[in-house]
Amino acid sequence: MAKFFTKEHEWVEVAGGQATVGISEHAAHELGDITYVELPKIGRSVKQFDTLAGIESVKAASDIYAPISGKVVEVNQALDEAPELVNQGAEAQGWICKLEGVDEGELAALMDAATYSTYLKGL
Amino acid sequence: MEDLKSTPLRAAHEGLKALMAPFGGWLMPIQYAGIIAEHRWCREKAALFDICHMGEFLYKGDIVADGLEGVFTFSVKGIPVGRSRYGFLLNEDGGVIDDLIVFRLAEDEAMIVVNAATTDNDFSVIRSRLKNPAVLTDISSRTGKVDLQGPLSREIMVRHFGPQIQDIPFFKFVRTRILDADAIVSRTGYTGELGYEIFLPADKVARLWELLLEEPDVAPAGLGARDLLRLEMGYSLYGSDLDEKITPLTAGLSSFVNMEKEFIGKSALQRELAQGSAKAKVAFRVDSRRAPRHHYEILHEGEQVGSVTSGAFSPMLSCGIGLGLVKPSAAALGTRLVIRHERVEMEAEVVELPFYTGGSLRA
Repeated sequence: MAKFFTKEHEWVEVAGGQATVGISEHAAHELGDITYVELPKIGRSVKQFDTLAGIESVKAASDIYAPISGKVVEVNQALDEAPELVNQGAEAQGWICKLEGVDEGELAALMDAATYSTYLKGL
Repeated sequence: MEDLKSTPLRAAHEGLKALMAPFGGWLMPIQYAGIIAEHRWCREKAALFDICHMGEFLYKGDIVADGLEGVFTFSVKGIPVGRSRYGFLLNEDGGVIDDLIVFRLAEDEAMIVVNAATTDNDFSVIRSRLKNPAVLTDISSRTGKVDLQGPLSREIMVRHFGPQIQDIPFFKFVRTRILDADAIVSRTGYTGELGYEIFLPADKVARLWELLLEEPDVAPAGLGARDLLRLEMGYSLYGSDLDEKITPLTAGLSSFVNMEKEFIGKSALQRELAQGSAKAKVAFRVDSRRAPRHHYEILHEGEQVGSVTSGAFSPMLSCGIGLGLVKPSAAALGTRLVIRHERVEMEAEVVELPFYTGGSLRA
């Protein structure tokens, strides 16, 4: 299953009705050393593009928006102690949380990897 | 866009692929390998900083007759030759025009080292306070400055520049020759580590930079790491923790103010001492890894009592740390505070400075 991206640099990958969410490698690079990830509460329901989580780096504090609507069922607890995992692999081991009850139709509002890559070049 | 000034090391930074950004009117390196890696390098080995943006003034004359003695919050004539002293240039209201260091070069000679953004204003203010303005020269553009800071810095400096560096005590300096030019090597810095500030002619700085970077234990560090390092020590940053509306008493820096001597701003400080300060500086430690940032609100028992002046995530303490100005009633050690900005909220506790006590500063 492919990743889809938001203009705010989150990614989502849907597999088996569950969505995994994170920030893009581009975003992690721009933020610099990540020092804190505010993980969402398990059980919380979010609408697409609502504030989902927070992330802080040595340079700035930013919000992370939900790339898709759903209910938080799992968070990447490893980020509590090692937020630098996001720098090491923002689109892999640095995932933020997993959502259930998602509607894949919402992916139409996002960019696929090729479109996102073109979008980054225009920034 | 204003014209940004560049230091003689701009090409070197670009060659190292530094992230450059404006700071105090200069285009400066913020980071090379990464802020936390550079911070750690300085705490463990030796980090090299381009500090050419700071201003230097050379004074030559009769310190008392020219009126230099009344310009700063400390006595210049009281600084022994070969030593330096930190203190302030104040306005009539006691507000800080700049924080600076004076190096006593000779009986009739001193070098004044000031912040980059304030250099031009400082120069005109100091000149205006001297009876003989001709005795002060702005040597900023021809003076280069790099700092080598970290526990391994002494051994590296001695190996390159001679045994006279071995025993320089904290806040003392030597005048020496480096790369066939007159140089000052001062045991001062802004990191909390053993370290040196090296002043030498601007046209020699690129060669010195290259020479020191050939050392395997030396790595370049940018202003991002420098800010973390200074904050872990609780050192004030002009423009954030200090400005023309903040007095040194309010900022908790009364030990750098000599109330026994005359200086501009003294009567305002006397009034503040008599009436009590409206605000007090606090250092606080956050309960989590969240970082407080400049201008975040500080609350105590539900009421806003002040705001954050500097804040960051401390890699050494693995938590957020910060400085702020609050109502004196919320400044006592152990006071519980809430730091807030929009939907971000963190709990914190007033603590003693420095935050980080493991540095090699006085090694």
